[in-house]
Amino acid sequence: MAIVDRPSPKGKRVSLFVTCMVDMLYPETGMSVVDVLEHLGVEVDFPLGQTCCGQPAFNAGYRAEARQVAVQFLKAFQDAEVIVVPSGSCGAMVRHEYPHLFADDPRWRDEAQRLASITWEFTEFIVDGLGVTDLNGRLPTPQTLAVHDSCHGLRLLGLKQASRTLVGSLENATLVAWDNSEICCGFGGLFSVKMADVSGAMLGKKMAHIEQSQADTLVTGDVSCLLHMNGGLAKQGKRPLVRHIADVLAEGIHKVKK
Amino acid sequence: MKVQSNNFIPAAQIAIHDVDLQTAVSFGTNSGFTKRQAAMFAGGEAHGQALRQQAAAIKRHALNHLADLLEQAEANMQANGIQVLWAIDGEEANQHVLEIARRHDVKSVVKSKSMVTEETGLNHALEAADIAVLETDLGEYIVQIGGETPSHIVAPIVHKTKESIRDLLVAKANMPPTDDPGEMTQFARQLLRERFLAADMGVSGGNFIVAETGSIGLVSNEGNARLTTSLPRVHVALVGIEKIVPTVADYALLTQVLPRSATGQAMTVYTSLINGPRQPGETDGPEHVYVILVDNGRSHIYTTAYAEALACIRCGACLNGCPVYQVTGGHAYGWVYPGPIGAVITPLLTGLENASPLPYASSLCGMCKEVCPVDIDIPRMLLDLRHDLVEMGQGGAVWNVGMRAWAWGNSAPGRFVFGGKVAARAANWLKPKSLPGPLGGWTKYRNTPKFAPKSFRQLWQEREQERKGVR
Repeated sequence: MAIVDRPSPKGKRVSLFVTCMVDMLYPETGMSVVDVLEHLGVEVDFPLGQTCCGQPAFNAGYRAEARQVAVQFLKAFQDAEVIVVPSGSCGAMVRHEYPHLFADDPRWRDEAQRLASITWEFTEFIVDGLGVTDLNGRLPTPQTLAVHDSCHGLRLLGLKQASRTLVGSLENATLVAWDNSEICCGFGGLFSVKMADVSGAMLGKKMAHIEQSQADTLVTGDVSCLLHMNGGLAKQGKRPLVRHIADVLAEGIHKVKK
Repeated sequence: MKVQSNNFIPAAQIAIHDVDLQTAVSFGTNSGFTKRQAAMFAGGEAHGQALRQQAAAIKRHALNHLADLLEQAEANMQANGIQVLWAIDGEEANQHVLEIARRHDVKSVVKSKSMVTEETGLNHALEAADIAVLETDLGEYIVQIGGETPSHIVAPIVHKTKESIRDLLVAKANMPPTDDPGEMTQFARQLLRERFLAADMGVSGGNFIVAETGSIGLVSNEGNARLTTSLPRVHVALVGIEKIVPTVADYALLTQVLPRSATGQAMTVYTSLINGPRQPGETDGPEHVYVILVDNGRSHIYTTAYAEALACIRCGACLNGCPVYQVTGGHAYGWVYPGPIGAVITPLLTGLENASPLPYASSLCGMCKEVCPVDIDIPRMLLDLRHDLVEMGQGGAVWNVGMRAWAWGNSAPGRFVFGGKVAARAANWLKPKSLPGPLGGWTKYRNTPKFAPKSFRQLWQEREQERKGVR
């Protein structure tokens, strides 16, 4: 469990930062997040001013552009008490990079630090924030699942156990250990465009690992890894078996344990 | 060594399609990574992390006191009878070696593994002065007879298969054909042994210089470093100025971390502390020992925000752990130091404009920092270098325009929604099998992403409307 030295989010209204990719490419995953949070009795709000966290520009070295977009985030979430984001990568951007990005900007520095301190990744919010370890749910049919630890969630936010706890709490879910869970899928945002062949070779290795996992479903906390791995699997004519954890959990809570 | 790092993308492309390289690098890095994991954490996760923390603290302390420690090291080495020389760059370092060779009438040199001499191009300088030079680390020897350069910091021929090594030894050294690695090693061993006995001068690197005792620390597995530094009349060690550590206790801690991180060994087969030339009454050891402290760009790094990169102890763990290095191998990086640490120090030592693709040669997965025994924040440095490139105007015209447009579109919700709709319409109407322009590479390996018919914000707003209607 991650060490939490931030204000407890219990009993507070949650402002959902759905992320630009979920908004445009995987809206159903966003609805799954809402379903799971509301199932837990959390009041969810979606600030309509939100766009993107700014990470694409930041990772490409374009800090002025990243700041420009991040300011929009700070404005959109100015009334937030708790921010929940279904992505370790975007979460890490807000939590780790915003305080640096605005360190010399008196207008936004304090707000950047405040929002960094109240931002939670989705599974981390449920397990470490709310203290919920069992969703009391059931998958419709028995399934074998493995977890892909998204790099930024794993190495920048210290996420590892929360997703396994939640998936493992579902009836009909069998979690399998997978040696290659911590190996990057090769996405890396603009890296997959700038260095498409290197990224593609990394994806090729990851897909070989996926085949060895014997899992029906590969669960991940970031739609960016999902987009990349499923995109690669589909290109090879294979079953795109990667799912966002919110979708798996949402499926589970629709059926209560027997 | 000539810098060819701006060629990274095509060089990587070639490496990815080199079946032998893929087989060898995949095996070598995987083996190194797994062994490191086992050795580093043999005493438990907490113990391994504590070792890393101590190592990181020692190297940072040493860097913070670098100037004083260098002077202390120089004085103590001189007191031990070691002659200390300073080299501002590779050229001066090579000139020192040539001058020493002339002074002692050296005709033949044996070398143990040294990355800093790859920086200075020492072998070429010696050959140009008609001095025979032989690499005695088995991997470096194979690199030398193959006319190559090392592709890894500690495993120079990680890119080669056993079969390609066999073919090279048969062709260049007249080895009787054999597939057995043990027999190949024995063959090279015999050949090298004769040269050791005949050599006038031994050239080594240095893993550490201990300031308080004036000692040169060397770790090696093949015994060649010990022969290089003890058999010939003259020993010259070329050492980067960042290799200074304050005390023997610091050295003792770092020699636990270096082999564990590099090869997954608790200790290398040979761990040497050299305290100077042969003393009166001793029966072996060189008559003259020289240490050349090489700057070659390091003091420049020291003045920048990237000074922490000088904490590197050259273990190669970040190479083995890096998913990019694992598919490209080392030569694609185009200079002496490949992998994540190479992507940081190559631009810093040779000029960012000469290595501009390297900071981008990372998915920023963070494995390099995780495995670094001295906890260098390589991903952050790569991000900062990318920012430096953009500030220098080296971001690229397409990216400059694209990023500005993207930021404009994402800094107001109305523009974001409109832009999303346009992109979704275009994508769903054109249904492209491959994407245009710089995005084309994506669709070579992955399907084109599909935009959802309704965005999340539309679904959310519809839900809100329904709820209001119900109320």
